[in-house]
Amino acid sequence: MDDLNVKGRIFDIQRYSIHDGNGIRTIVFLKGCAFRCRWCCNPESQEYEIQKMKVQGKDKTIGKDVTVSEVLQEVLKDRNYYLRSGGGVTLSGGEALCQPDFTYHLLHACKEEGLHTAMESTAFAKFTVIDRILPVLDQYLMDIKHMNSEKHQLFTGQSNELVLENAEKIAASGKTELIIRVPVIPTFNHTDAEIAAIAEFAGSLPGVKEMNLLPYHRLGSDKYDGLNREYLLKGIMPPMIEEMERLKKVAERHSGLIVKIGG
Amino acid sequence: MMAETKKGYEKSPRIQKLIDALYEKMPEIESKRAVLITESYQQTEGEPIISRRSKAFEHIAKNLPIVIRENELIVGSATIAERGCQTFPEFSFDWLIAELDTVETRSADPFYISEEAKNELRKVHSYWKGKTTSELADYYMAPETKLAMEHNVFTPGNYFYNGVGHITVQYDKVIAIGYEGIKEEVFSRKKELQLGDADYASRLDFYHAVIRSCDAAILYAKRYAMEAKRLALICQDEKRKHELLTIAKNCERVPAKGATTFYEACQAFWFVQLLLQIESSGHSISPGRFDQYLYPYYKADLEAGRITGEQAQEIIDCIFVKLNDINKCRDAASAEGFAGYGMFQNMIVGGQDSNGRDATNELSFMVLEAAMHTMLPQPSLSIRVWNGSPHDLLIKAAEVTRTGIGLPAYYNDEVIIPAMMSKGATMEEARSYNIIGCVEPQVPGKTDGWHDAAFFNMCRPLEMVFSGGYEDGKLVGVPTGSVENHTTFEAFYDAYKKQMEYFISLLVNADNAIDMAHAKLCPLPFESSMVEDCIGRGLCVQEGGAKYNFTGPQGFGIANMTDSLYAIKKLVYEEGKVGITEMKEALLHNFGMPTKNASVSVSSHPSIDIELAGQITVEIVKNLREHGKEPSEKEIEQILKTVLEEKNKNTENPLSTRVAGSSDNRLRYQEILQMIEELPKYGNDILSIDEFAREIAYTYTKPLQKYKNPRGGVYQAGLYPVSANVPLGQQTGATPDGRLAYTPIADGVGPAPGRDVQGPTAAANSVARLDHMDATNGTLYNQKFHPSALQGRGGLEKFVALIRAFFDQKGMHVQFNVVSRETLVDAQKHPENYKHLVVRVAGYSALFTTLSRSLQDDIINRTTQGF
Repeated sequence: MDDLNVKGRIFDIQRYSIHDGNGIRTIVFLKGCAFRCRWCCNPESQEYEIQKMKVQGKDKTIGKDVTVSEVLQEVLKDRNYYLRSGGGVTLSGGEALCQPDFTYHLLHACKEEGLHTAMESTAFAKFTVIDRILPVLDQYLMDIKHMNSEKHQLFTGQSNELVLENAEKIAASGKTELIIRVPVIPTFNHTDAEIAAIAEFAGSLPGVKEMNLLPYHRLGSDKYDGLNREYLLKGIMPPMIEEMERLKKVAERHSGLIVKIGG
Repeated sequence: MMAETKKGYEKSPRIQKLIDALYEKMPEIESKRAVLITESYQQTEGEPIISRRSKAFEHIAKNLPIVIRENELIVGSATIAERGCQTFPEFSFDWLIAELDTVETRSADPFYISEEAKNELRKVHSYWKGKTTSELADYYMAPETKLAMEHNVFTPGNYFYNGVGHITVQYDKVIAIGYEGIKEEVFSRKKELQLGDADYASRLDFYHAVIRSCDAAILYAKRYAMEAKRLALICQDEKRKHELLTIAKNCERVPAKGATTFYEACQAFWFVQLLLQIESSGHSISPGRFDQYLYPYYKADLEAGRITGEQAQEIIDCIFVKLNDINKCRDAASAEGFAGYGMFQNMIVGGQDSNGRDATNELSFMVLEAAMHTMLPQPSLSIRVWNGSPHDLLIKAAEVTRTGIGLPAYYNDEVIIPAMMSKGATMEEARSYNIIGCVEPQVPGKTDGWHDAAFFNMCRPLEMVFSGGYEDGKLVGVPTGSVENHTTFEAFYDAYKKQMEYFISLLVNADNAIDMAHAKLCPLPFESSMVEDCIGRGLCVQEGGAKYNFTGPQGFGIANMTDSLYAIKKLVYEEGKVGITEMKEALLHNFGMPTKNASVSVSSHPSIDIELAGQITVEIVKNLREHGKEPSEKEIEQILKTVLEEKNKNTENPLSTRVAGSSDNRLRYQEILQMIEELPKYGNDILSIDEFAREIAYTYTKPLQKYKNPRGGVYQAGLYPVSANVPLGQQTGATPDGRLAYTPIADGVGPAPGRDVQGPTAAANSVARLDHMDATNGTLYNQKFHPSALQGRGGLEKFVALIRAFFDQKGMHVQFNVVSRETLVDAQKHPENYKHLVVRVAGYSALFTTLSRSLQDDIINRTTQGF
């Protein structure tokens, strides 16, 4: 099937992203997610439906149906920067796996153009869906948020079994570079024990070399007002740098991996 | 893990002491040079000017007070006070006399001046009436030119009131053979003269003047040698005593003779740099490829075991401090345009050698290190980048950028070398280019480039299209007729191009007038001793003695003009959503928004009332013409006066009603503004808009480049405003891109503030689509980054990649402000805590706290990029 005419739904394309993956990257944000993480900084990404959000007092339409060709055209504008920096394209969301066909064809088209491809994803999908994508995905930036399924369910709306199972399968496939990312959220997973548990799991995955700790931030909290939704983490402060450094050491000790704060 | 960058040499404790001493007090104006030059001129009346200039230089070199500051290793200061300045009455003095009592308290670049100095200046200035270059230039200028200048279409203020500077002399030659060597060369030329030669007398006079100037420079240095000896005698500290004796030995040898060590070479360099600024008041006297011409001395010392890397680093650091000891007082209006005590002494590292090999050496790294050790605005540090530049050097440069000092500026060899060859340089010369002042490339030691000849506001001719060439009832531009008569975009754009071409011709008229005035009244024999081919031709630089001669005035406002013309094209002519009359009214009423007060210090721009009165006058005049009457200029002025008086008498008259604007109108204006805001804008990587910008840049560069200057050279265009976009923006009404009246015009060739919403790569792609090779006097592109964009080795790598990719697409220049918005806001509130905070202001670095409030705001409001 021809990649270029496949349609999907995105809500943003962000160029010159330098904190997510290798080099200078363009991030394509897909709309729709199966999770409802309380800390989510892109709450407008969660619904698949096109919706309105108030931005600085004005209604803004969130979500747009596009073809692979249209996205590719935008992505290719920074080819020079990818070449010089070893960057490329990153799919984010939402959850790209919620639009498996579009995701596959977009990544495939990018590979055909010789671009480096990455995806930020929770791997919350049937493995057959993921397995189809792996050959056209150079780097999988996979979120693992908590090892305790109940707590995971409470804070994200989904249990973690499928996530952990897929992490093992992706690692075992050896088809992509897997990096484990942990959003560090005070009141959710910021204790030494919780981080250590994730680190141990990450360290056990074959071929994984790197783990990232992403400190919680509040930059998305205004958007909840714009969507007429309540921000449930009100009053929670971002972790201090000292705390992040401590957790980094914990993660290193328990995973044996290279651990970075931030992407 | 990626390796950390190679560590440089440590900063010696001496350097901080020197810096602290330098910034302890407010800069001061001293009067000694003005007194000395007046004395000399009074004694040489009637002699040829070149001879008088050399005698004046000699008199100054003999008698100007000298000082060796504590802890200095490199000596030579133009003033007793740190960061002080001398004055130059031979260029202009009216402004200084007028501002003597306010110069200490003005907002941009204040200077202390003692009562005694004020009195001395007042006294000598009576001599200079009718004798200055500015008065002669004024005499030479056409009345149309002066009118256009009064109406702020362009300003050639820089050289109109000051020396030219803007040169890189043959530092290498002075270091190698000394002024005695140069004199030898002159002697042998003199011998070739025949009494019957047509130019015998003028040549002979020129040679005598050059010899006298060389002797003066040697003498000046010997005075420092004596002073160092004197200080050594009374010095209690053995270490310092030894240092002073070495200084004495250095100054005894250089710049009279060729340097034998790196330290001597550096001292020789400094005397050249200093004396050029004592001879003339020009700024942007640029050291150029310091890492190239000093390297042989460093290498030889190193191999002979005469010097260590640490010692050489300390000497380079000392030179960096000294470059900040030089200062210049400009008139209040110019001070706004050049804010930050800018001296623009551009030093550049890296790039190719004349054979096309990479020229990077150890000194290239040490110069970058010196910037981090000193963290001062001078020199204007630059780096040449080409496809073969070592990655290490760029990473080191990125580290300097990361400090937030706004240095270095990055230049693209791959664009500049062919661009220079297109202007006549040989391949070898083009490969050896350096940068003058802000961003202007030239062949060192061979060029008189007049690189900063004027600022031309590309938005003003657009205003003239709307007013049919009239302002205040006077014909200032070309009579392109009522704007309503342009029924197609092509016709409108043609009218703009006509206005542009006309004003460009006036700009040339102004610059050539000033150029001639400099040649007649202020030839510079000392400078001419170090510029090829002055000695060969027997002509000073000002008469066209240099091998290459250019005049390089800057056009600015590309972004505003692109967005403006696009808005007119789209909304008025293609979609018909806005009538041209409506647009005109909306502009006159500032889109119904409150008007920011125009700057009081410099503006002679009419208030909206006056502008309206002008329009009404135009209507009246048109009526008269239709009735077969041709009013004279006097009569037109009278009509305008009457209209204005009428307005003041009767607030109910139609004029004032129009000024206030009905609320219906205001809503419509805001609707128009909204429509404009929704249009695509330059700076977002939209091919069609960027192509349009390229065309619009040509409306300035192409007509300009047809013209010639009196030195036998041609005009070349630059595209940047230094910081004149702020004061000149204050004299520009609202523009159809939605820019409100009297607000700043976009800086450099970058997008208008806040309009680039796709991030730095998109903005850079747009900028790269301009024809940079066509603007051989330089283009300037500022980007501002939050420090987090350069975090860690990974951040540096991505930053370097950004520069490389921009340059792959034939960008010419880029420079970066890396500082957080919070820091800047806090610095406005507590300037006392940020005395050393340097920001990059369009082509140079300045101390943030010394900038005027409006310029500070402009810097803060620039789009912060990085997240």
